[in-house]
Amino acid sequence: MTLTVLLIVILLAAAAFVLGRRRAARRAEALTGRARAHSRPVQHGAYAMIWVAAPALFVLIALSILSGPISHQLIQTGQPEAVERLEGFRKNAFVADAARVADGEPAQAIWEPEVAQHLAPEGARAARIQTTLMWAGVVGALLAGLVGGLVAFMRIRPDFRARNRVEGWIVGLLLVCSAIAILTTIGIIASLLIDATRFFSAVPLPEFLFGTQWSPQTAIRADQVGSTGAFGALPLFAGTFLIMLIAMAVAAPVGLFAAIYLSEYAGAASRAIIKPVLEILAGVPTVVYGFFAALTVGPAFREGFNTLGRWLVGGPLDGLGQYLMLVQNQMALVAGAVMGIMLIPFVSSLSDDILNAVPQSLRDGSYAMGATKSETVSRVLMPAALPGVAGALLLAMSRAIGETMIVTMAAGLAARLTLNPLDTVTTVTVQIVTLLTGDQEFNSTKTLAAFGLGLTLFVVTLALNVIAQRIVQTYRQQYD
Amino acid sequence: MTETRDALAATRLERLRGGLKRRYAREMRFRMYGILAIAVAVAFLALLLGRIVEQGHTAFYAHEVSVPVYLDPAKIDPSYPQGTNFEQMVAEQQLATQGLSGDAAGPMAAEMRGLFSSELKFQVAEQVAADPSLIGQTVTFDVPVSDDADLFFKGKISRDTPSEQRRLTDRQIGWLDQMEDAGRVHSHFNARLFTSGDSTEAELAGVLGAVVGSALMLMVTALLAIPVGVAAAVYLEEFAPRNRLSALIEVNINNLAAVPSIVYGLLGLALFINWMHLPRSSPLVGGLVLALMALPTIIIATRSSLKAVPPSIREAALAMGASRTQTVFQHVLPLALPGVMTGAIISLAHALGETAPLLLIGMVSFIPGVASSITEPSGALPSLIYIWENASERAFHERTAAAIMVLLAFMIVMNAAAILLRRHFERRW
Repeated sequence: MTLTVLLIVILLAAAAFVLGRRRAARRAEALTGRARAHSRPVQHGAYAMIWVAAPALFVLIALSILSGPISHQLIQTGQPEAVERLEGFRKNAFVADAARVADGEPAQAIWEPEVAQHLAPEGARAARIQTTLMWAGVVGALLAGLVGGLVAFMRIRPDFRARNRVEGWIVGLLLVCSAIAILTTIGIIASLLIDATRFFSAVPLPEFLFGTQWSPQTAIRADQVGSTGAFGALPLFAGTFLIMLIAMAVAAPVGLFAAIYLSEYAGAASRAIIKPVLEILAGVPTVVYGFFAALTVGPAFREGFNTLGRWLVGGPLDGLGQYLMLVQNQMALVAGAVMGIMLIPFVSSLSDDILNAVPQSLRDGSYAMGATKSETVSRVLMPAALPGVAGALLLAMSRAIGETMIVTMAAGLAARLTLNPLDTVTTVTVQIVTLLTGDQEFNSTKTLAAFGLGLTLFVVTLALNVIAQRIVQTYRQQYD
Repeated sequence: MTETRDALAATRLERLRGGLKRRYAREMRFRMYGILAIAVAVAFLALLLGRIVEQGHTAFYAHEVSVPVYLDPAKIDPSYPQGTNFEQMVAEQQLATQGLSGDAAGPMAAEMRGLFSSELKFQVAEQVAADPSLIGQTVTFDVPVSDDADLFFKGKISRDTPSEQRRLTDRQIGWLDQMEDAGRVHSHFNARLFTSGDSTEAELAGVLGAVVGSALMLMVTALLAIPVGVAAAVYLEEFAPRNRLSALIEVNINNLAAVPSIVYGLLGLALFINWMHLPRSSPLVGGLVLALMALPTIIIATRSSLKAVPPSIREAALAMGASRTQTVFQHVLPLALPGVMTGAIISLAHALGETAPLLLIGMVSFIPGVASSITEPSGALPSLIYIWENASERAFHERTAAAIMVLLAFMIVMNAAAILLRRHFERRW
C-alpha cells in the first residue's frame, strides 16, 4: 500500500515537473524586448516537482515512523477489562493473537475463556484502527502534495528565481542528512536513558555501581525460590577491566613494535606485503575471532595449563599444580589474548600514522649526532609521539571494552570479582547479550538492567574516545 | 703531558668502541622485536585461516547411503502414507538382513534409526504419496546418513575412543562398516549446505537462509546509508559554514564511529522494535541498525575523497558561472565518485560481518525458512555462525567453519571489488 502511494507521489511529481517546465517555457517565450527569464524552464519544473514531492513524502515518512506507536497506543487504551488485567508481555501477545483470530487463523497462545471471547472483536478493532490510520496518511500525503504543487505552479513567472530556490532545497536536504548523525546520537542517548532511568528507579545507582553480587534472574512467579535478583555490577566491571588489561598487554607492545618496524625499518617492498596482511587481520569479523577463541585457543590453553599442572603436582608447587589441572576452556586469558590479537592492526595503523607525522628533521638531527635507529626511535621519536601513541592506546582500550563477540563466545557467564586471568569472568557486553537474547519479557528489571549496563558502557567508551581524540588532535596540531 | 692526553684519548676510544658493540647489539635486538611483532600478527592470521579451512573443508562433502526399502503393504496406509513410521520400518528391515528380527531387534531399532537422517522418512513418504502403486515393491533410496555417522565416515569419530565417550555405539560402528564394505556408502558434494535454510539436524542444515537474510539486510543498509552518508559528507565538506553547529556535527560523527556496536543494537531494540513496532528478527530492522552504524564511516570516507579533489576544479567551474550546487554536483562529486564508492563498499563489507547488534534485535532465534521479503523473520550469516558455534552437536562445528568460509568469501569479493575500483579509477592530481 505504501508502495502504491509512493508510486502515485512519484508520478504526480513527474507530472508537476513536465507541466512546470512547459509553463515556464511558454511564459519565457512570451517575453518581449530585452527581458529574459531568470531561470531555465528545467529549474522551474524542478521547483514544481519539489513542492509536490516534499510535502507528500514528509507526511508519508512521518506516518511510517509514527503509525506503529500511535496504533499501538490506540489499541492498548480501549481494551476490555479482562485484557487490561493481563501482564505487559501477555497483553502484547494478546494483541498479536487478536490480529490472527480476526484474520481467521488460530490463536498461538492459550487464553482463559473470559479473555478469549474478546479476541475476535479486539482483532477487528485493531484492524479498523490500522486501516483508518493508513487511509488518513494516504489522503494526507496526496493532499499535501497537490496543495504544494498548486502553490508552486502559481509562482512560475519569468522573473521568479527558481534556480536559487531549488538549490536552497538541495542544500537543505544535505543539511538534514548530516543532521541524522546528531539524531542518531540523540536516539542512542534517549533510548539508553529512558530505560536506564526506569532500571535505576528499581535498583539504586550506588548499589548498581558498587554492589558485588550479580545474579539477574528475577522471579517470574511470586512463589519462586531463591531468585530475588541482585544487580551489583562491580564483578562485571572487574571482568571487563581484566580482559581489557590482558588485551592491551598483547596489543600494545606487538602493535607498537609492528608500527615502529613498518615506519622506520621496513622497505617499500616489505611494507607492500605487511600492510595488507594487517588489513586482512583488521577485516576479519569479530565472530570469527570468537569462534577461533572458543574452539581452538581455549582448548589449547586449557590443555597446556592442565599438562603444566600435572607436571607440578606432587612437587613443591603442588597447590598451584592442583589448581592448574582444573582450569577450564573459558578463561579471561583466552578472550583477552584473542582480543589483543584483534587489536594489533588497530594499534599499529594508528601508531604508524602518528610516527609518520613526526617531522623528518627530528630524525635527521638524531642521526647526525650519531644515534642508531633504535636510539632515535626510543629517545627522539617516542617522546615526541608519546601523546599521540597514548591517544591510540586509549582508543584501543575503548574498543576492547565495547567488544562483544569474542567475550560472549569465549569468556563465560560467571560473574566473579577476581583478577586471576585463569578464572572464568564475565563482562558488561556479555551480560547485555545474555539479558536480551532468548525469551524475554519487556519491562522486567532484568531486561532494563541491560540498558543500565549499556548506558554505563556508552558513557565510559565515549569519555575514552573524547579524551583520546583531544590528545591526538592537539598532538597533530603541534607538528602541522 | 701529551702522552697522558694520548693515553686518555686511547682509553676513551676503547670505551666508545666497546660501547659501539653494545649499541649495535641493542639495535639488532630492537629490530628483532619489530620483526617478531609482525611475525606474531602474520602467524596468527595464518593459524586462524588455516584452522578454519582445516575444520571446515569437510563440511563441503557429505555421505549418503543407498537403502533398499520394502514398502510393506501391511504397514502403509495408502490413503495416508505420511502416517507410517517409515524410520522404524526401515530400521527393522535393516536389522532383518542381519538376521535380527522380532523381539531381538526391538532395543536395537533405535540405534539403527540413529544412522539415517530424518530426511529418510520424508523421501519415502513423498515417493509413496506421489505413486501409491509402489507399495508392495522394494525401492532403493539414497538418503543422507545422520550427522554422527557422517562424522564417522569423515574420520572425526574414531573407533579407538572408548565407547562411553563416543556418540556411536560399537554396534552402530559395525553396521556402518558393513554398509561401507558393501559399497552402499558414497560421498558427494554437500549441495544441501548451499540450498537449504537452517535446521536443528546438522546434516540437513544449510546457509541459504542466512545468505539471503544478509543480502536483504545489506541491501537496506546500502540504500539508506550510501545516499544519506554521501549527502551528509557533501554538506559538511562543501557547504557547511564554519560555525558551532558544523563543529558539533563533526565531533559527533567522529564519536559515533567509535561507539561500540552493541550500543547500536540497544538503540535498534529500543527504537525500531519496542517503539516503532517493526517486526523482530527482520532484515529491515537489521538493515536500519547497520545503516546507522555504517553512516559515520561512509561520511568520513566520502569527505576524504572530496578533499582530494583539487580546489582548482571548483574555482574553474565557479569562474565559468556555475553556482555552488552546480559545481559540486556536476564537477566535484563525479570526480570523487570512485573514492566514495570504494569507501562505501568497504564499510558495507564491514557491516556484513557485524554480529553483536543482530543478536539484540532477535536474529539469534532459530529460523528454518528462507525470507522472501525484508519484513519476514530471517537469519544472517554472522548470527548463524554464532548459533552454530553454540550448538552442542559436533557436526555443527565443521559447518560453522564452513559458514565462516562463506562469509569471508563474500567479504573478500567485496573488498577485491573495492580495490579494483580504486586501481581502475583512482586519479592522482
